[in-house]
Amino acid sequence: MTSVGQALKRKEDPRMITGRGYYTEDIQLPGMLYAVIVRSPEAHATITSIDTSAAKERDGVVAVYTGEDLAGDFAGPLPMVWAPPGVEINTPEHWPLKRGEVKHVGDPVAVVVATSRTAAFDAADDVIVDYDPKPVVVDPEQALEDGSPLVWDSFGTNKTHEWAVAGGDFEAAEAEAEVTVEARYVNHRTSGAPIEPRCSVAEARAEKLTLYSTTQIPHIARFVLSGMLGIAEDKLRVVAPDVGGGFGAKLQVYAEEALVLALAKRLGRPVKWTETRSEHMTTSHHGRDQISYVTLTAKRDGTVTGCRARIIADLGAYQQLLTPFIPTLGFPVMGGCYAIPSIDLHFTGVFTNKMPTDAIRGAGRPEATYWIELTMDKLARELGMDPLELRRKNFVRKEQFPFETALGIVYDSGDYHGSLDRLLENFDLDEFRSEQAGLREQGIHRGVGFSTYVEVCGLAPSRAVGPQGVGLQAAFYESANVRVTPTGSAIVYSGISPHGQGLDTSFAQIAGDILGIDPQNVEILHGDTDQGAWGWDTYGSRSLSVGGEALARAARKVQDKAKRICAALLEAAPEDIELTDGKYQVKGSPDKSMTMAEISGAAHIPPAELPADIEPGLEESSFYDPENFVFPFGAHACVVDVDAETGKVSVVRYVAVDDCGPAINPMLIDGQVHGGITHAIGQALYEQVVYDEDGQLVTGTFVDYALPTAAEVPGFETDRTETPSPTNSLGVKGIGEAGTIAATPAVTAAVMDALQPLGVLWLDMPLTPVRVYEAIQAAQGNGAGPPSSQQGVRLDEHGRGSAGSGPTAPDEGGAS
Amino acid sequence: MITAPFDYETPETLDEAVRMLHENGEDAKLLAGGHSLLPLMKLRLAAPTLLVDLRLVPGLHHIQRENGSWRIGALARHADLQDTPELGVASAAAKQIADQQVRNRGTIGGSLAHGDPASDLPAVLVALEGEVSAQGRNGLRTIPAGELFQDYLTTALAHDEVITEVRLPATDGWGYGYEKFTRRAEDWAMVGVCALVKKGADGSCEDVRVGLTNMGSTPLRATAAEQALRGGSLDGDSIASAAEHAAEGTDPPGDLNATPDYKRHLARVLTRRALVAAAQA
Repeated sequence: MTSVGQALKRKEDPRMITGRGYYTEDIQLPGMLYAVIVRSPEAHATITSIDTSAAKERDGVVAVYTGEDLAGDFAGPLPMVWAPPGVEINTPEHWPLKRGEVKHVGDPVAVVVATSRTAAFDAADDVIVDYDPKPVVVDPEQALEDGSPLVWDSFGTNKTHEWAVAGGDFEAAEAEAEVTVEARYVNHRTSGAPIEPRCSVAEARAEKLTLYSTTQIPHIARFVLSGMLGIAEDKLRVVAPDVGGGFGAKLQVYAEEALVLALAKRLGRPVKWTETRSEHMTTSHHGRDQISYVTLTAKRDGTVTGCRARIIADLGAYQQLLTPFIPTLGFPVMGGCYAIPSIDLHFTGVFTNKMPTDAIRGAGRPEATYWIELTMDKLARELGMDPLELRRKNFVRKEQFPFETALGIVYDSGDYHGSLDRLLENFDLDEFRSEQAGLREQGIHRGVGFSTYVEVCGLAPSRAVGPQGVGLQAAFYESANVRVTPTGSAIVYSGISPHGQGLDTSFAQIAGDILGIDPQNVEILHGDTDQGAWGWDTYGSRSLSVGGEALARAARKVQDKAKRICAALLEAAPEDIELTDGKYQVKGSPDKSMTMAEISGAAHIPPAELPADIEPGLEESSFYDPENFVFPFGAHACVVDVDAETGKVSVVRYVAVDDCGPAINPMLIDGQVHGGITHAIGQALYEQVVYDEDGQLVTGTFVDYALPTAAEVPGFETDRTETPSPTNSLGVKGIGEAGTIAATPAVTAAVMDALQPLGVLWLDMPLTPVRVYEAIQAAQGNGAGPPSSQQGVRLDEHGRGSAGSGPTAPDEGGAS
Repeated sequence: MITAPFDYETPETLDEAVRMLHENGEDAKLLAGGHSLLPLMKLRLAAPTLLVDLRLVPGLHHIQRENGSWRIGALARHADLQDTPELGVASAAAKQIADQQVRNRGTIGGSLAHGDPASDLPAVLVALEGEVSAQGRNGLRTIPAGELFQDYLTTALAHDEVITEVRLPATDGWGYGYEKFTRRAEDWAMVGVCALVKKGADGSCEDVRVGLTNMGSTPLRATAAEQALRGGSLDGDSIASAAEHAAEGTDPPGDLNATPDYKRHLARVLTRRALVAAAQA
């Protein structure tokens, strides 16, 4: 029996759920020191003086450093790695500690190192920094206006860059359009908010530095940090121990990682820095913060002829690793599941006095799905057409795959009609509509929203994403090394770096089946640059379709060798050896067989019968760079109830049909879908990073940054279709981000459907009670309605920016 | 997320606790559950230099009925109240506090002494016209609900006084409802309403109480709504029209999630709902 396709329980769970995981914060090294960062309470200011004398006097304090003190410790600043051909991106120097000016609340200005974390915390309070405040801008559209305060005087503008891509003739489509719809969408700022905040421990032993860090990208981090520190890559080891969730927030090389390395090197003692939750909310990069102006053109019969989007992306105050690239990352699927002959996209990046944005939860693609799906709904209303019928009319048809879009992107495989059909088998729309009508008569406002999505993941392919493609200065292949031990267990080294996805299990299933070994005896190792395979780590739902394929290829090489060994020992031809139920046997002679343990024993301790031309050992590696992306897709339906009196929205049902190719482990897929949808419900209804007009962060704790809990989400109903990708031999696509990419338009559309009888036509996320209530009031002719965006809010004079009387983050937004 | 330095004591008698509070002045704080105080300390919004933990002081955990009232020890947990449905609205409100982990730690005395108008139990105490006993240097005194809450996080308790017991009148013959409006189940109330209704033999409204959570710097009574309903008929229309008065005289602060007008609107809606529930009982 094969294990692929089985809902194997997660191999990693017993240690995680019994408190025996090994996280960075668990690391205690002899003589370890603790660093605490002094951060700016100002959103924009000149540093006029820093007085560290009182802090240095504190018991236990070993050192206090400012940016000036450490100026010589870094060979280069924190990098940004996108260099699109022909486009200049304004990129300010970004040093781990700031000199001269601070650009957002939480900007690091000094670091205290002490023998205990509490001593360092207390001493950080004693560092006296004087600031001369400068004008602040927090709204990206205001930042683009003439006369706006400038985040960086040296650039003379807040615009960071423009980037455009187009295919087909949108102008002609617009000129000939029988119907045109336009809309403005706001995808507000969000946080990754993993359970485990960031933590980094650095150790210097002789010439060698080691960094243990809560990172999704140990290999990329070593590459970048060795350059920043001016040391050879072999002199730096980066280890990602158990990592408690990333959601993109740990797809970064952070100032604190460079700092602890520099401090450990300078002080000759291990140094640990642990992020507080307030620091996470303030200075772990944010996501989204995008405004999109979208136009769809169509014929009266519903045929969509063109799609244009003008996108303004608020990048915050600096360019982090991928900051300007992220809004662009969704471009391959900005036409959605639809065969649209002309697509015209234009992106403008903007500096503001806020924390930089970067990859969070879907990174660029949720924004794309949100506006294409909701604009399709709007077009349907304009045409008086059923929104699902409009989708069916424009779906890329099954027989058109591989389908080249107007932008030259090739969608690998799909069956969009099939997934919508499957959704409607699970969700009886006629029954819902009649139930809805009955409820409306009772004054209950129930609505349904749909999202038929396609996403792009599996980054790779290097040729499309790397320097010759869109211009990331990196490659994106993966590698794996598969080793069978003398007793028949397998050790697999993967270049990807899982942090909660369950890949220790799904990878073991793939390798186990190919090798003929029980997955329980396949150990997946990863996340250590001094151990095993080189790789480009985990993000963008790439682990399975790129890393899993590399692993499968290496495992097949091992299987081939095992067959040769088996053939030699059983006196058969290698091509006559087949692997059945964990046994390598001679075709037609089931009594002549060997287990992998027997074969591997012979490989490691060769018997006389083994020909000399078979090398000893049983270990192979593979490198794999895909030819194309993979394009998971699906259809989701969300049902909400809106309490029209209070504006409160409750998600009462959620049905998701996803297609990520053949399932390796259906339970892991369900888990990923559940988490992704929860994130999207969070963005649509609850979560928002809010800065006030002075650039102060209002949502510095989980009291104000309202992550949904189990009480806020329904039991999810999931189903799958399985359309293999031709891109890799496993046929797999990705599933890590599908839910978060698919669900925000479904939730939003459901609320709009519920509110339709009340005359509310549109409302930006997050659909909070007060905003829904005020929109209803405005639609009924009472009051002006809610503002379209909450950035730069002015709070009531009594307002502590807090829900209820919960603790509110100190203005310093962190550890000062 | 790391507190300022502080000392920690665990007195074994009330007198000892009071003495410690007295000797250490305003910088000493009582710990009685800690689910309000500790988060403030971790954010360094509060920095007491001494915590006096009541956990070893005996005789503060009871919930018992005596004559016409309930005597509840100051260290009775929210979970204990939740598990004592005979308490009526106090139990119903306790069940809605935060999440089960908080309810397992938080205490009624701690919640009332903290004086947070967004907490649920203060408005319940006010609506029930209960009282607390407080032990100070000069002995035990009784503070009626109406005098306990003086301003935002400010009560009539002296800094060296300890709430020992909460007394709530038994509500035999009364119906009740506690309506709490939150974004998420675990949140503080954006607005909460505690309603109690006593029906006359003819089905009319013999008496009524309405307490408001988070509608001002202290828990409030919606006296105008009460007056509109008291002594009159008790039906959907009369309740709806009385509830329209629920926010009269209130000046709630706005915050990230609610404008003052929206909170006043919520107070009216929730008062109606709570009264309907109370009248049905």
